[in-house]
Amino acid sequence: MEQARIAELQKKAIQIKLDILEEVFSASSGHPGGSMSIADILAYLYFQELRIDPKNPKWEDRDRFVLSKGHCAPGLYAALAERGFFPTEDLKTFRRVDSYLQGHPDMKGVPGVDMSAGSLGLGISSACGMALSAKIYNKDYRVYTVLGDGEVAEGQVWEAAMFAAHYKLDNLTAFVDFNGLQIDGAIVDVMNSTPIDDKFEAFGWHVIVIDGHDYNQIEAAVEEAKATKGKPTMILCKTVKGNGVSFMENKAGWHGKAPNAEEYEKAVAELKAQL
Amino acid sequence: MADKIATREAYGNALAELGEKYDFVVFDADLAEATKTITFKKKFPERHFDCGIAEGNMVSVAAGVAATGKIPFVSTFAMFAAGRSFEQVRNSIGYPHLNVKIGATHGGISVGEDGATHQCNEDFATMRSIPGMTVICPADAVEARAVVEAAILHNGPVYMRFGRFAVPTLFDKETYKFEIGKGVQMADGTDVTIVANGLMVEQALIAKDTLAAEGISARVINMATIKPIDKDILVKAAKETGAIVTAEEHNVIGGLGSAVCEVLAETCPVPVTRVGVLDKFGKSGKVPPLLEEYGLTAKDIVEKAKAAIALKK
Repeated sequence: MEQARIAELQKKAIQIKLDILEEVFSASSGHPGGSMSIADILAYLYFQELRIDPKNPKWEDRDRFVLSKGHCAPGLYAALAERGFFPTEDLKTFRRVDSYLQGHPDMKGVPGVDMSAGSLGLGISSACGMALSAKIYNKDYRVYTVLGDGEVAEGQVWEAAMFAAHYKLDNLTAFVDFNGLQIDGAIVDVMNSTPIDDKFEAFGWHVIVIDGHDYNQIEAAVEEAKATKGKPTMILCKTVKGNGVSFMENKAGWHGKAPNAEEYEKAVAELKAQL
Repeated sequence: MADKIATREAYGNALAELGEKYDFVVFDADLAEATKTITFKKKFPERHFDCGIAEGNMVSVAAGVAATGKIPFVSTFAMFAAGRSFEQVRNSIGYPHLNVKIGATHGGISVGEDGATHQCNEDFATMRSIPGMTVICPADAVEARAVVEAAILHNGPVYMRFGRFAVPTLFDKETYKFEIGKGVQMADGTDVTIVANGLMVEQALIAKDTLAAEGISARVINMATIKPIDKDILVKAAKETGAIVTAEEHNVIGGLGSAVCEVLAETCPVPVTRVGVLDKFGKSGKVPPLLEEYGLTAKDIVEKAKAAIALKK
């Protein structure tokens, strides 16, 4: 990818992170850590890859995106708003009783949300259903989903993994946000799901391991997934939880906590300095 | 009465028949022979997908298919559709109100020999508690077929409970019209009303004759749709007969009996007695002795009908 394009996407990701902070700060709740670790993946998908039309969010032939780790809705909403699906001003209403921006993605209320998700393990199955539907009805759209590394402890993820491989869903690409941390601590301490790559490979997936903050690697992996026939692709993304804000990085404590006013100002200043 | 046929059999036949007329796909979880989706599979192999023994995934997969604008059916035993997959039905299908049709077979005690682990007497309760879910339990093969077509034409999630045990055909194939949310009066009466669904409708009709022989006039209503329940027919029955007895192959907690009590308590309070499984787990056995042991016979309806009448002021 050209350096100038990478710089543009990085700028989008920083804006997404600023939006995430605004959302959780305004709501005094939400999940900033895991939202920020997927900001680069979201920027790549929504500003480079997905075949979507913000003016026609229900377009039948659009690519689909399912945020299986639905608690990272702040990241998804930020990407959708920045892409033009709804006004960015609405982001500050996140989680408010009079807002359509629910704590977890709601496909009925939010333009651009393709699947309601949030109860972990369910989203990847629904992504499988969308991909299967494309196969049945000869549609060429692709389906993308993002899972958390803690989420893969859910048994349903492996039911879905089996299903996707069995039905050769090569139009399905799943990312695992491998930031190594879940609510109660490091995933290796809470419930060791590693090696995630080997497990998916054993389940019949094509697996690619990348740095989830490197646009060249994200692009190469997505293109490799599109070229891979007969099996779904898992892109295991090594990421940094709370990416972009020094005091939030690699801290499990920032999984589901909003910054206070002082922290918010500090975080915004850090991100703006990166623009 | 014609030959006996299980409603699951009618479900499979209906899928195969209606597959020609409507565009839908069918998912099963390694039970196609038992749920009878095999009948559809034989005719439309490219539209039938086995998910293996992974019901939760199947339900969420179907939600994904529905999210692309298509109609999926999912089939497994009631225990695994409404029990094991409750959360997937609620969150993947119910919350986004997706157009998934759940064809759950082997509901109730009449599963028989498999015993308690597979006898789901709680599905009306769990499914009824999901906002926007339609819950239906047909009484015979004719109604089962009609329910499947109504579900296809209905835009929204539908839970259908079918039985394993062969039951007599009560309705006329040529003339029977099923409408979601409408109860059907099968016999008029003035002293008490029996509100039943599933295989208890046959028992209700037997009970009506027994009561008639004793000089008691019983109205019989087939209430296939548990949700949304037909309030009008219930209020009318309460006003005109003054006492109600419900009959269902389900725990008396949370099912048809509860739904009837909820309506009448708020609109037209009259005595209601309930025939159903008395908050117990099932057990293995042949179906007729099981129905007897669990109090699911015409005799039980007769007793409870008299009890309801005795409670009239």
